[in-house]
Amino acid sequence: MKENSKLLRIEKLVLYFNSRQGPVQAVDGVDFVLDHNRAVVVLGESGCGKSSLAKAILRLLPRNAGTYSGHIYLDGRDIMPLNEEEFRQNIRWAAISMVPQAAMNALNPVIRVGEQVAEPAIIHLGVDKTEAMVLVKKMFRHVGVPEDFISRYPFELSGGMRQRVAIAMALVTSPILIILDEPTSALDVLTQANIFNVLKRLKKELGISFILITHDIATSSELADDVAVMYAGQIVEVNDAYHFFDKPLHPYSQKLMASVPRLHGDTEPDFITGQPPSLINLPKGCRFAARCPSRYEKCVEDPPMIATDGRKVKCWLYS
Amino acid sequence: MKNLKNSFRALLRYPSAIFGLLILSFLMAVSVYALATIPYSEAVRLWRGGEDVWYKNPQYAAPAWFNFFSSKKEPLSFAVDTADGTMSKTVTSNDPNISTVDISYSFDYKYDGFPDEIILYFKPTIIEKFPFVSVAWITPDGRKIRIADMAVQYNSNFRFSQDVKLQTRLNTENVMQALFADPKAENPTPLKGQYQLVISGTTFEKGSDIAAQFVFQGKLFGLAGTDKYRRDLLLPLLYGTPIALAFGLLAALGTSLLTMIIAAIGTWYGGWVDELIQRITEVNLVLPFLAILIMVGTFYSRSIWLMLGVTILLSIFSGSIKTYRSIFLQSKESSYIEAARAYGASSSRIIFSYLIPRMIPLLIPALVSSVPSFVFLEASLAVLGLGDPVLPTWGKVINDAFGDGALYQGRYYWVLEPAVLLMITGLGFALLGFALDRIFNPRLRDI
Amino acid sequence: MVAVSQANVIENKENTRKTILSINDLHVWFELKRFGFGHVGYVKAVDGVTFDIHESETIAVVGESGCGKSSLMKTILALYKPTKGKIVFDDKDISELDNKGLHWYHSNVGFVQQDPYGALAPFMTVQRILEEPLIIGGIKNKENRIQRIHKAMEEVKLTPVTDFLDKFPHMLSGGQQQRVVIARAMIMEPKFLVADEPVSMLDASVRVEILKLLSNLQKLHNLSVIYITHDLSTVSYFSERIFVMYAGNLVEKARVRQVLDNPLHPYTMALLTGTSEPDAKNAETFKELPPGEPPSLVHPPTGCRFHPRCSRIIMGLCDVKFPPEFEPEPGQLVACWLYQ
Repeated sequence: MKENSKLLRIEKLVLYFNSRQGPVQAVDGVDFVLDHNRAVVVLGESGCGKSSLAKAILRLLPRNAGTYSGHIYLDGRDIMPLNEEEFRQNIRWAAISMVPQAAMNALNPVIRVGEQVAEPAIIHLGVDKTEAMVLVKKMFRHVGVPEDFISRYPFELSGGMRQRVAIAMALVTSPILIILDEPTSALDVLTQANIFNVLKRLKKELGISFILITHDIATSSELADDVAVMYAGQIVEVNDAYHFFDKPLHPYSQKLMASVPRLHGDTEPDFITGQPPSLINLPKGCRFAARCPSRYEKCVEDPPMIATDGRKVKCWLYS
Repeated sequence: MKNLKNSFRALLRYPSAIFGLLILSFLMAVSVYALATIPYSEAVRLWRGGEDVWYKNPQYAAPAWFNFFSSKKEPLSFAVDTADGTMSKTVTSNDPNISTVDISYSFDYKYDGFPDEIILYFKPTIIEKFPFVSVAWITPDGRKIRIADMAVQYNSNFRFSQDVKLQTRLNTENVMQALFADPKAENPTPLKGQYQLVISGTTFEKGSDIAAQFVFQGKLFGLAGTDKYRRDLLLPLLYGTPIALAFGLLAALGTSLLTMIIAAIGTWYGGWVDELIQRITEVNLVLPFLAILIMVGTFYSRSIWLMLGVTILLSIFSGSIKTYRSIFLQSKESSYIEAARAYGASSSRIIFSYLIPRMIPLLIPALVSSVPSFVFLEASLAVLGLGDPVLPTWGKVINDAFGDGALYQGRYYWVLEPAVLLMITGLGFALLGFALDRIFNPRLRDI
Repeated sequence: MVAVSQANVIENKENTRKTILSINDLHVWFELKRFGFGHVGYVKAVDGVTFDIHESETIAVVGESGCGKSSLMKTILALYKPTKGKIVFDDKDISELDNKGLHWYHSNVGFVQQDPYGALAPFMTVQRILEEPLIIGGIKNKENRIQRIHKAMEEVKLTPVTDFLDKFPHMLSGGQQQRVVIARAMIMEPKFLVADEPVSMLDASVRVEILKLLSNLQKLHNLSVIYITHDLSTVSYFSERIFVMYAGNLVEKARVRQVLDNPLHPYTMALLTGTSEPDAKNAETFKELPPGEPPSLVHPPTGCRFHPRCSRIIMGLCDVKFPPEFEPEPGQLVACWLYQ
């Protein structure tokens, strides 16, 4: 019963891609839970499968998608069995929307931004254009874009403004969950900070939940309630932000945290030697073992998700 | 090198590429064979030769393989000669001054049509006195028909159909029908079986001799047939292959490379250089390409190499300069070029070692795909009567056929043979080009 | 902190160290034309920048995109010509160098770029990439070149060298690609290195590795380095001084610790506020940030270019008069009227 009250529950989600060399195990049995009005950060380095996770949740599968299985419960209802049309009508953008990677550069250059933001509202809410424009203005206020920008073209806007427009586009259908894929990675420091202010305000004022997919640990702390660390297609740690940023559990998380450069403080940053494994030829046992400083005999076996007082870690050290 | 090997291996994954490569290697083999067996001057001589070169061949003969597709079998042409022993000859001499020369040739005639003509060529050795021959024809049913009795002069030939005496003797103008027809049949149908030509000759002095050639001109000839001038069409079909390939490849290579280099130079230097190249291109784009070629051909020269030069010249500043330019504009801004400038690479080095190599993957498929258009262009010029006057080419064959109304006369082979070769060439390059495009343009590749 | 311990030593050494690069009142303007002709105005990408860099000194130039730091960098690399002002390298004015002199200059200034994949020609092998500067630099002997390639690759820890020589860039990981870029920058044994956001495109776990590598090379070869970045959090590992750039001007020039611990210019303060550190408390508070966006470089604001966004503006001064540099703390120069 308690589980059903969660906003989003993902169980054993799998998404493989076909390639000449074999299946690319981009998302390989991911479980996590997200509550109402919370933000979870999915942290991981490039190629760990975090963007594929976003695609798997929203069922935005590329042509070469292979195995796609598991359960995604949205408000207690499994959305995996829905057919494509039901999914499109009731889930994608209606309940869960997304700000894709480099969204600010993905706006159509020849259509006014107002019309682009209105588009999802017209399709999903069935409103006419004038009503949609009222909505767009409201969304622009939420994300801090001047209202008169609705009749501008994308090239007339700065990068930060375009990113806000992209967020407005995800927001316009009033979804309960927004997936943000690297929302600030190409932006400047002050713009980044501004965008996070916007996201925080949206969370506070509209009660929206977020899945923030990023590789940037420092800025991810701006929004995170929970942190899920992804490595080689799997979630290796799920922790709440307070514990995570203070003392992460998994050796990979610890290493990642140690590699973050700090403005103040006197610890020398560290780095992780070696390369993450290819998602095609994954090692047996713990996937991080080859690069792990605290590896021992047990690590040749695949570690289970081990729960320690509400936090979960996929590492034998905690068994 | 390794890259090339990999590309080739990737190529073999596409059946169309394999097919294209097979076609192209066939055409290459034909070219090599043609060039190796027929020297350039010989090819020109044969092609320009008239009756003296081609007297043995029938006129307008369809290729021999027509019989495969037709229930009515037409006679094949052949020629035999005592000089090379293909026709038997016996000399008997009782008197030191007088000898008898017996020449005979028998052949199996199993066709449903009548031949065109039979000609005897005599090459006697004469000191003072002309030898004498009498020619007879023995049909399968044993009839012996006297053909001629005559003194053989220095180089004399005897055409069966055109001999008035023979016509009178046989009481018909159609000698061939008279010689081959079945006398019992109502409609003239050839009698099948062994025919024999018997020549009995007498020489009247010591050292005198008779050599004879028996030329049988049927309705079909060789692999490719003959044209109005009795020329064996195999010659232009064979020899046209290397010419077509050379023209197509040289034109494609010349235009693509020069176009790319000019585009690269224009893009790199920018400013007025770029402006100039752009304006020249725009002007060139509206110039009537074919009309200029026709003018050059009409007023200046029709040499294929000159045409090649003019073609390249007119195609350099083509629309693809704009395509290349747009891509160069992108790579000009790439950071490896910035790096090259930062370590002091000169402009020419950047153009030739950095800008152009990046383009090669795009160039190769475009180049291969553009070959057919140039092959067709060369043929089109020839069809328009602007082909090289001395060279045997496919286009020239079509032009001749056209000029002679071959299609109205039902002589389809004359047009179809070069046309099919042209199409096959186009197909080969196109198939290969498509596959190359997929390999070199990863965006087109299936995952 | 490395930089802290070095700071005192440097202070004493500073006067004795030779100036390697001296930039005086540099302006880099780009003419704006309409339809290819017809003057419209200038993009004042670099507008009056002055600084000196000493031998074996590392400088970080920090600023947001569009502040002119790339134009500054490219002008130093002699890729752009200054509109006004002088760049003096090793006592030679680079605008007066002839062809030979330019070759000398190029071989003395290494360049590490932002995007390692784009910085490497995709159709060249690692060996060819590293050989190019040597060929252009006039090293005729092939064996010499190969030897130097080996040395450079060992220095950036691309070992075993022979495993990498025949590889194409796309076969390497991001970190390895960046090592090749660094090896290429180092191959002519330059005295001076320009590093343009060398780690911003890399994964967090690799960033530190590359920064450490650069720092080691700097110490090993006594390199002077200009490190251009938008990310203040990485500068402390690798710089002695920080120059903060805003809208074509350097607004604050000071030692790293001075900038990070006691920023004086309001813009520097804003940058520091905007930079996050991993801390769960971040999620609970909103950041106080200057409103608006950096100004257009074609029509920059009069007076101090930051005044329209500044919360501590002195009306009638900041919006009228361009601030000169003040030195409220020793070694900390700041172009702001607050410190007059």
